[in-house]
Amino acid sequence: MTAHNYAGTTVEVNQEGYMTDANRWTPAIGEAIAVELGIVLGAHHWEAVNFVRDDYATTGKSPGLRRIAANTNVTIKQLYRLFPKGPGKLVARIAGTPKPKSCL
Amino acid sequence: MKNLVILGAGTAGTMVANRMVKRLSQREWTVTVIDPNETHLYQPGLLFLPFGARDEDKMVRPRAKTLHRKVRWVKQEVRKVEPGAKQVELVNGDHVSYDLLVIATGTQIRPDLTGGLLGDAWQRTHFDFYTLPGAVALREALDSWNGGRLVLNVVEMPIKCPVAPLEFLFLADDFFRKKGIRDDVEIVYATPLDAVFTKPLAASRLGYLLEEKRILVEPEFMTMEADGRKLISYDEREIPYDLLVSIPTHSGAALVQESGIGDELAFIPTDKHTLAANDLQDVFVLGDATDLPSSKAGSVAHFQSEILADNLLRTIRGEEPLPDFDGHANCFVETGNGKAMLIDFNYDVEPLPGKFPLPGVGPFSLLKETRTNHLGKLFFRWLYWHGLLPAKPIPLGAKMSMAGKKLLSPPDDSAASAA
Repeated sequence: MTAHNYAGTTVEVNQEGYMTDANRWTPAIGEAIAVELGIVLGAHHWEAVNFVRDDYATTGKSPGLRRIAANTNVTIKQLYRLFPKGPGKLVARIAGTPKPKSCL
Repeated sequence: MKNLVILGAGTAGTMVANRMVKRLSQREWTVTVIDPNETHLYQPGLLFLPFGARDEDKMVRPRAKTLHRKVRWVKQEVRKVEPGAKQVELVNGDHVSYDLLVIATGTQIRPDLTGGLLGDAWQRTHFDFYTLPGAVALREALDSWNGGRLVLNVVEMPIKCPVAPLEFLFLADDFFRKKGIRDDVEIVYATPLDAVFTKPLAASRLGYLLEEKRILVEPEFMTMEADGRKLISYDEREIPYDLLVSIPTHSGAALVQESGIGDELAFIPTDKHTLAANDLQDVFVLGDATDLPSSKAGSVAHFQSEILADNLLRTIRGEEPLPDFDGHANCFVETGNGKAMLIDFNYDVEPLPGKFPLPGVGPFSLLKETRTNHLGKLFFRWLYWHGLLPAKPIPLGAKMSMAGKKLLSPPDDSAASAA
């Protein structure tokens, strides 16, 4: 776990770059993380990011791509174009939510 | 007379029915199970069929033999659940009322959700081993296959038995070596996950198995379609194959969709710890039908059923259900060559080394390949039919225990990603 400065705020991120406390997220932080990942956030990006934050608040886990696509106007194909290479993980990183999990 | 109704008589439904019928007074409660299928399938046996096992007759039992005689079995298909009216509607139009409902309708593979998977290529170059007919067809195909590129693909998560893809790969390596054709076969694992082992300790302790068995890994592969000769991902990567073993997208039962009570894959939103359905009064969910982040596995159904039984009794007494389920799972992982591994974990604790069930003594070793573990897996079928399904008292904690486990941190440079 290390401290990282995004848009003037210091937050803790884990080894893989995910924020450890989703409550400390702000849109400015999200934008700064995205820039670091080489992504400029447009309207469709925000739709996905906002859904991920809301869903995490309800379920306690970051949603997978199918769930994001089922609940927004963004298809899985579009997610791959908006967040190239591993959109599930990238959206979670930008949204300040944990990495989507598996058991082994 | 009050009614405890259980939908589905798979592993979870059968266990909870058999458990509850022994704990509820026959004068006050009827325990009803609704399931249209004549037989009960022992699913862990499916893994061995593609590689030449021919004991499918021992994997199937008449359902009547698996249910306690006091359980009322309604051999009908359910159309939908009507939680407002506290009843379920059957496909034949009848209704069954409930005072308490347990939904244990499981999960099914949905090859129809991936373009090109079904159709001409299905059971010609595309196979599954998650169903009995699928595993048998794959056995016939592998029996006469002379080699080429075999790709095992997990389309998306969640799947039942998340270790089964690994077991398949390890047993495939064994199988082709014994046939003397291992050098003529390329075994490729295409997975949507970013590594074969995503938990750091497992990755550092078991990564050698992939190298030793020469398994090529294509991580972060999100399959969009299959065309009979290659997989194509959403980000336009391609993986060619001569033979595709697909573990397709899984969904909950159609009746969940029909009732409007499931999520985008028809899994039912369930409380992680009490097993109560999140938005439905007097309804609990068990086994693969939930949306819980716990693995979809038989051991999970077993541990859940113990906790659910207690919570059903609390609910009947007018008490609140307790948040006792911790996501405990305990799974054998066949590694080939007559050996297996055992992993024991829960929502919060990754698989750790140690001994199970008795700390220090075992006899099973956690996160380590041993012959004893393999024997354990073979003995398991007997235990399933004779101990677990009938809900006989078995001294395994429903909650995961940390006793005898070693909290090791992985080496600093062990990256979770393979290849």
